[in-house]
Amino acid sequence: MNAAAQIAQVKAPLTKVSMRNLDFFYGETRSLKDVTMPLYANKVTSFIGPSGCGKSTLLRVLNRMYDLYPGQRAEGEVLLDGENILDPAVDINALRSRIGMVFQKPTPFPMSIYENIAFGIRLYEKLPRADMDARVEGALRGAALWDEVKDKLQTSGLGLSGGQQQRLCIARSVAVQPEIILFDEPCSALDPISTAKVEELIDELASRYTIAIVTHNMQQAVRVSDYTAFMYLGELVEFGETDDVFNKPQAKRTLDYITGRFG
Amino acid sequence: MSDHTVKSYDRDLEALGRRIAEMGGVAEKMLAEAMDALSTFDVDLAHRVVSSDPRLDALQREIEENAILTIARRQPLAVDLRECIAAIRISGDIERVGDLAKNIAKRTLKIVSEARVPRAIVGLKSMHEIAAMQLKDALDAYALRDTERARAVWLNDSDLDALEDSVFRDLLTFMMEDPRNISFCTHLLFCSKNLERIGDHTTNISETVVYLVTGEAMPTERPKTRAPDFGVKDEAAQ
Amino acid sequence: MSLYASRRGANAMATTLCWVAAVFGLSWLLLILGSLVYEGVRGLSPAVFTEMTPPPGSKGGLLNAIAGSLVMTSIGVAIGTPLGMLAGTYMAEYGRYSKLTMIVRFINDILLSAPSIVIGLFVYEILVHPMGHFSAISGAVALALLVVPVVVRTTEDMLLLVPGSMREAASALGAPRAHVVGKVAYRAAKAGLITGVLLAVARVSGETAPLLFTALNNQFWSSDLTAPMASLPVVIFQFALSPYKDWQQLAWTGALLITVAVLALSIAARALSAGRRNSK
Repeated sequence: MNAAAQIAQVKAPLTKVSMRNLDFFYGETRSLKDVTMPLYANKVTSFIGPSGCGKSTLLRVLNRMYDLYPGQRAEGEVLLDGENILDPAVDINALRSRIGMVFQKPTPFPMSIYENIAFGIRLYEKLPRADMDARVEGALRGAALWDEVKDKLQTSGLGLSGGQQQRLCIARSVAVQPEIILFDEPCSALDPISTAKVEELIDELASRYTIAIVTHNMQQAVRVSDYTAFMYLGELVEFGETDDVFNKPQAKRTLDYITGRFG
Repeated sequence: MSDHTVKSYDRDLEALGRRIAEMGGVAEKMLAEAMDALSTFDVDLAHRVVSSDPRLDALQREIEENAILTIARRQPLAVDLRECIAAIRISGDIERVGDLAKNIAKRTLKIVSEARVPRAIVGLKSMHEIAAMQLKDALDAYALRDTERARAVWLNDSDLDALEDSVFRDLLTFMMEDPRNISFCTHLLFCSKNLERIGDHTTNISETVVYLVTGEAMPTERPKTRAPDFGVKDEAAQ
Repeated sequence: MSLYASRRGANAMATTLCWVAAVFGLSWLLLILGSLVYEGVRGLSPAVFTEMTPPPGSKGGLLNAIAGSLVMTSIGVAIGTPLGMLAGTYMAEYGRYSKLTMIVRFINDILLSAPSIVIGLFVYEILVHPMGHFSAISGAVALALLVVPVVVRTTEDMLLLVPGSMREAASALGAPRAHVVGKVAYRAAKAGLITGVLLAVARVSGETAPLLFTALNNQFWSSDLTAPMASLPVVIFQFALSPYKDWQQLAWTGALLITVAVLALSIAARALSAGRRNSK
């Protein structure tokens, strides 16, 4: 192997998830078409594209959220560390404990801030009170929320501001120690300051988790992600390093979309 | 390329392009008039060149402001972002070209009273021909987004460099012939330097054009055909 | 007359008609409540709550009827609520898209609007007739059958109001379905679910018809669930139709008690659902 190839190999990030010829159907409607792409470990991959292009659908395939609804099915392969998660034999709950998800609207559970975090942990571990306290604190610190809520842990999570609620949801995901975190337009309901805080958080989380984020805000994709996938009508049009996709997109559809020349 | 969904965005970018074209026109005219003034020792014309420089400065400032506003307002990406950056860079280069032309006109005013060896100006004239052609080609390349033409400008700059060397030798000869020529010829030496600098700015412009269209920078090293220098470092001309 | 003026005229006329209709309806309601309070309060005394229903001509109270109502309503709600909650949970959480749910919902709606006397007859057929005599337990079963559709309906509605994103969020953490429903959806719908039960209680506590065929009545104190048992509605029914002045007075008082109790339950239910809306 020559030196250049070696360098290339060192630089290429590890593949955490590998989608191969992925199709998705809502009943008869095919909403993902033959998508083949990786998610690299400890990198942030953003998905951009017009509404209804399949970005959110793709995220929901990754944690098999579509299983909750009848008539939805995926075909192809999604390999997580080499194991096909679309296999019906896969334990969905165990899978979801490895792949956290943060939704468009903050979804705190109707319970105290403390219980919101402890809820997920209790699913997998029986911890003595002190350990649980430490885990809750760690998760809240991890989501940069601790200082704001440490004096009102027993109050309802619904009483927090939108941005705090969203960070609470991120803390809740982080608390169960997943390997991958999926963000489905996490900032679309937040003001710019809260958005900045969430983005800062994503940046920090990237060192420990593999992150996929769907966003309609292209500047946000540029800011937070290492890799970008542009999707259109269920197809993956372009996937590459964010800098390249936003500076020198290969496909004309990508260029038209990111420069605001669509349709 | 199709239009933006937001029409006023297109208008902003078009306005930038038009202003650049206007600047280019002003700079070309200044350069031509400065050389005319120099070769005919026309004081009035030289004054006119000097007085048209502020117009160029104002235009440059306007372009810069508009480009920055567009970036702030539209958050352009890819080719649109490069469009704004290119406008800023090219307007800077054109403004410098204007400064250099103005400098030639100012020197004309200084040497008009002691015009000694008019034939010394012949070399400068051919330098001017090339520089003016290069400037025109670079501006055309920008207007047409023509990378081929831009690359040609970029490569042709070495002609101008070579010519500057020969002008330098000529002027040196005149100075050695008769020391009374020294002051006159030194001014001409600076003028030749200015013309060579104008050539450099045209290559800058053409590099920017290539970047604008492709998103890629030109290599830093250009195939050089320039003769070895003569031990006289002439960085003084600004 | 201009178009605008005629439209304004029509508007004034419609508004007036609405007012008249509202005042007409409300005035009857006020009259009923007024006479109920006027007649009922007169008979209100400690004896009402401490003494048994009397024979005609002697003094007495409603103790056995009140106790009977409480016992049968409690048992009815205790049987009907879990059934209704489980059915409603199935419909909203597990079988949301299944045919069975659609069928159950349809039947439930019929049951919801079924005349209560039909329920009474039904229980008479399946319990009273085989047992050979009226009994408190069959009365409670009849009430339970009335509670079920109300609770099914409110449980399903309240769970459907819980945003799907909340369920998805819990599922995304890897929570199994039962956990999602029990720990998250129920909690989110808590106020609504309690409201549903309270409304069911309010509904059945005033029912007479099903009890007439099942628990009948009892002049005396009885704690035997297999024996007939008194209840406020039936006692009111019987006393009000009697020619005796003191029985009629007790009927008025009993009617006032039920009305106040139902009113209190309704207000509590409203307060709960209002509280839920505010906390959202």
